Amino acid sequence: MLELRKLSQWYGDHAVLSDLTLKVPDGELLCVVGPSGCGKSTLLRTIAGLLPAAEGEVTIDGTPVTGVPDGLAVVFQDYGRSLFPWLSVRENVALPLRRRGLPRAERRAEAERILDRVGLSGAARRHPWQLSGGMQQRVAIARALVCRPSLLLMDEPFGSLDAQTREDLEDLLLQVHRNDDTTIVFVTHDIDESVYLGDRVIALSPGPGSRVVLDLPVRLPGERDQIGTRGLPEFVELRAEVGRTVRTPADPSGLSGPPGA
Amino acid sequence: MSRVAVPGVSGVPDVSGAAGGRRAAASAAARGALLRWAVLAVAVLVWEAAARAHGSVYFPPPGRIVRHAYDLWFSGPVAHAFLTADAVDNILPSLGRMAAGFALAAVAGIALGVAVGRSRRAYALCNPVLQFARAVPPPALVPVFVVIFDFGTPMQLASIVFSAVWPVLINTAEGTRNTEPLRLDVAAVLRLNAAERLWLLFLPSALPRIFAGLRLSLSLSLILMVFSELLPGTADGIGYTLTDAQSRSDLLTVWAVLLLLGALGYLLNTGLLTVERRLIGRGREGTR
Repeated sequence: MLELRKLSQWYGDHAVLSDLTLKVPDGELLCVVGPSGCGKSTLLRTIAGLLPAAEGEVTIDGTPVTGVPDGLAVVFQDYGRSLFPWLSVRENVALPLRRRGLPRAERRAEAERILDRVGLSGAARRHPWQLSGGMQQRVAIARALVCRPSLLLMDEPFGSLDAQTREDLEDLLLQVHRNDDTTIVFVTHDIDESVYLGDRVIALSPGPGSRVVLDLPVRLPGERDQIGTRGLPEFVELRAEVGRTVRTPADPSGLSGPPGA
Repeated sequence: MSRVAVPGVSGVPDVSGAAGGRRAAASAAARGALLRWAVLAVAVLVWEAAARAHGSVYFPPPGRIVRHAYDLWFSGPVAHAFLTADAVDNILPSLGRMAAGFALAAVAGIALGVAVGRSRRAYALCNPVLQFARAVPPPALVPVFVVIFDFGTPMQLASIVFSAVWPVLINTAEGTRNTEPLRLDVAAVLRLNAAERLWLLFLPSALPRIFAGLRLSLSLSLILMVFSELLPGTADGIGYTLTDAQSRSDLLTVWAVLLLLGALGYLLNTGLLTVERRLIGRGREGTR
């Protein structure tokens, strides 16, 4: 169980997150939506232990997060800069296994296995810059999955991909989620995506001082598919509800930015 | 510096991707190379013709210089790789000192550069000192080392090291400092230890800059090698050959030494470029 208790973050004297309280049960795929600049990335960096909490605390199974917690993996939006271009695809994917003290041959075998799973078995010896954007993000996902993380954080991972690739990777993620029962916190600005992927969607108010303004369980069938699910009346309804919340500034003082900005 | 920043063509797969485009590029490159060699050949021919026509003792024709260099250094026995006794006595010691000096400067420069570049504070504190050290014309340091070490190899080595270390150090520090911040986050999430960060992140990130520094250092090493051998009190070396020939008014040897130095500088630089290309490879876009 991941828990955030009255979490606040500041950037100078500018509040990024204020009094954020949230519980994510094990195995849940939680989508976090909100306009850009609402502190979604700050939230993820705090959970990842990359940024100490200014106020409040983050706990995982009751233990406060002070550094990068055990069993954590992160997928960033900018795959080009998150992968190491001087290493081959396989070497990139095998990187997290170094902490497990596996011999080199086993690290390679594990990396090949996970590459096979994300549909990249042919690309193991190539270098990231030789691959398309979608393939590079698959490499980043493989690198995140190779250690069988118990908590996976994803920061707008499909934001810069074309629609087709994006749908493929969304389905890949759902499949991984079903098989491994990993807890996933998935940050996105795409409302459709959040409803399609999530077991639950929360929306953050526009900054400064973002709070949770919507906490919505997604009651859609577990088996989802791109065409069918998106056509369900429940889907359309949920999407509309999230959309209304995100687009209406929750802050009546008018300090918030324009909708969707 | 200029050529490493160029992202390789292969980094952008299937853009124009046609084999015809690649062939056209290759033939354009070949034409460029041909043109460069043609300019060089014409320049040498003009030099030869002008020197012969003029017949000056000060400016012998290049053909005679090459012939003289060959007789002096490269007409030795097969067992010595065609090197003459003179070459073994003078060229090899010079190259040895230069190699040792350059190697020490490279190792120290990279090690210190990473250390300085890793810490924002160390960088801010050291930068003025480094800029000052770099701004001092290297040959001006030689008298200092003459006083400290007297004439001889230690003085020559110190002169080379203290001149050549700055470009590597400054470039390595700069390259390390500019490591992509997102990759630092990745390294933290992957819990890479200090050694892994060094080998898998900082050094590869800084490599293009390190090589830019190494190339500058290499030419400084050559300059300081010759310069420190020009001083009185040296007993061997390429620089010694130069002053010795000058004192005997043997201009042909002076010219041969100059030719040798030019060729050495070119070959060493080409060698370093080859290593660089091997290590860095093509298409490292997204590196910075």
